[in-house]
Amino acid sequence: MKTTLTSFAPSRRAVLTGMGAGLIAGSAGLVRPVWAQAAPLKLGFQLHATGIGASYGRWYQRTADAALKKINEAGGIGGRPVEIVYEDDGTDPARGAEVVDKLNSQHGCDLIFGTLFSHVVMGSAPRAGELKVPYLVCSEGYHVASGALNRWTLQPGITDVRSQISSMAPWVAGNLGKKVTMFFPDYAFGYDHRDFFTKAIEAQGGQVVAQIAIPPTETSYTRYFAQIPAETEVLYHVMVGPGVLTFVKELGEFYGSGAKPQLFGFIDSLEAVDTATPGLEFLEGSHFWEAHPRVKPADAGAAEGDYRAAVGVDDNGASVADAKDVATYSHMFSAWETLYFIKQAVEASGYAGVADRQKLVEAMEAISDLPYGIERPQGAKVFNGKTHQAFGSQNISKIEGGKLVKVHTTTIDEGKYDDAVDYTTMSF
Amino acid sequence: MKAWLFHLVALAGLAVLAAVLPAYHANNLARVLVLAVYATGYNLAFGYTGMLSLGHALFFGAGMFGAALPVTLWGWGGVPVLALGMLAGGVVAGAVGLLALRTKGVSFMIVTLMFAQAGYLTLIWFNAVTGGDQGLVLPGAARRVLGIDLTQDAPRLWLALGIYAVALLLAVALVRSRFGRIMLAMRENEERSRMLGYNPYAVKLKVLVVSGLYAGLAGAAYGLFFGYAGAGFATVQYSILPMLYSLLGGAGTALGPLIGAAAMFWLIDFVSSLTNAYLMLVGVALIVLVLFAPRGILGFVRERWLPWLP
Repeated sequence: MKTTLTSFAPSRRAVLTGMGAGLIAGSAGLVRPVWAQAAPLKLGFQLHATGIGASYGRWYQRTADAALKKINEAGGIGGRPVEIVYEDDGTDPARGAEVVDKLNSQHGCDLIFGTLFSHVVMGSAPRAGELKVPYLVCSEGYHVASGALNRWTLQPGITDVRSQISSMAPWVAGNLGKKVTMFFPDYAFGYDHRDFFTKAIEAQGGQVVAQIAIPPTETSYTRYFAQIPAETEVLYHVMVGPGVLTFVKELGEFYGSGAKPQLFGFIDSLEAVDTATPGLEFLEGSHFWEAHPRVKPADAGAAEGDYRAAVGVDDNGASVADAKDVATYSHMFSAWETLYFIKQAVEASGYAGVADRQKLVEAMEAISDLPYGIERPQGAKVFNGKTHQAFGSQNISKIEGGKLVKVHTTTIDEGKYDDAVDYTTMSF
Repeated sequence: MKAWLFHLVALAGLAVLAAVLPAYHANNLARVLVLAVYATGYNLAFGYTGMLSLGHALFFGAGMFGAALPVTLWGWGGVPVLALGMLAGGVVAGAVGLLALRTKGVSFMIVTLMFAQAGYLTLIWFNAVTGGDQGLVLPGAARRVLGIDLTQDAPRLWLALGIYAVALLLAVALVRSRFGRIMLAMRENEERSRMLGYNPYAVKLKVLVVSGLYAGLAGAAYGLFFGYAGAGFATVQYSILPMLYSLLGGAGTALGPLIGAAAMFWLIDFVSSLTNAYLMLVGVALIVLVLFAPRGILGFVRERWLPWLP
């Protein structure tokens, strides 16, 4: 467990307010700056410090720490300094539920946030609901908006995978081709891609000509490539884990220098992996979905540079301290944006303590527009209070010279779909 | 009589703990008690009968999904789903035992591991029904047993204690019975037992089914008590855990699995607050235990002071 409380430097307005209050209090013999009396707002972070999510967890922690520093330097939240308590969940759903307990009951956190892996969210959300503690996840899973969880669980800092996938289909159909063969891992993450992309490409007049599921224990892929129909125009791949390099290498050997379909993948395959890694040459010229472009685009907004500087990421998406330490750039912004969402809701609700948690969730549900700025460096978002899910624009990048170069940005509307749940009608 | 008194006093001690522990640790105690039911059943097969299984995660997972699926598919809840989960664990253990018990020793361990891995992949394969690796969240409305609301901490803890008490006392009765002595005979010398007229295959199959019933009940209870069922509970890790609990607490002692589960749970909880390398420290603690108390905590106590302990 690690607690982070960065230096609390209040804003000028807070100082003036404090001085005024101090003068009044001073007349009663209580001369102390007002912020010195405020108890810190304690936020629990369910961190994947170990287990399969560790590479994400490391960057999520850096990102949350950077946002925390910025928020505290600007006066904290609602005039209170903010503290983050990190607890490792081992990327394990059983331990995740225990960590929710620990952050709430032992550390006395006001709320909990930061969880990425879907199975940990699924294992932990019931306990958050029982404890009636706001639980803000950063997992991009569809489980929140699907209605599977509860009133206390929200996903305000990242677009869910259903929306991401659906918004890719128009561009893929219009630019790469309409006959698609899909490679996906043979478990829930892969099935989301299979189901949602198949529907989305059909809506564009396209067709998935083959769905090839790869078992999670597979180490060699060549035998699956023989199943790719000759009519395939686009090869859609979402392979993740250590097998990615082998997958790409064997795909390159399969096609050789002959004609090949267009390649389209999700960057999840290559998060924290340098795209110029030997063995990935076959991906040159192929396209990837990115939520937040790893390589700083030429047309990046004003907040992008400030965000990268605060988190310690260079223009190529690697740590400024070590160019080989590539960030999980397309996901980690969610920790940052969720923290700013918490700030907005706490200040809007007048949250003072755990007795106000219900009021806090209601304030979150009332938020809808989340404009672009340093609070949301990935881009503007719309938060749907009924489904507890945020929607933002997505990006498509092309690998050129071993680097990801952004070529297209979708609109928020392209990723919207009909509500499957209205959490606001559920009891707390 | 001494043995019964010892275990009844231990259960009374647990009841006192349940009443006085702060909220966080009280809820952890509920988890530990359910895991201890699982490990107590494992110990019947491993500690008392000498069957080193790496397939128990399959029985635990069968119990968990045997209870969870009727909840999500048909809206069932309560005692029927707990009973179904328990039955699922026993039936799957019986089916695995029919084949796996043709082997013994390391071969038995590998065959049971293969069955468990096949079970895990089956849960992944039927993702549309089981939720695959993401799992299923069980709705609060289904999480009621005999009118007890399992979304509430205190009722959940007392029910967990009740289930553990029954599981422990039945295990004590079993190992102190004539059949319990046959179980020990199988562990100590299977060939000699066969020569005396016992059928090792039939005895071990019965024990494995009983062990599977314990695992199934524990899996069903874990799912219902904490509102989540996932394929992760059917991975090899959940076969190794009850073995570690048994070894740590004392294999072949009735109360040992609970002591092992509690020691391991709170050790991980405490050490993980200090360092991310907590599993390494837990490993060091286990090595120290093996060096200085190879029969486990309660095994050590039995060897030194309480030779009558079952």
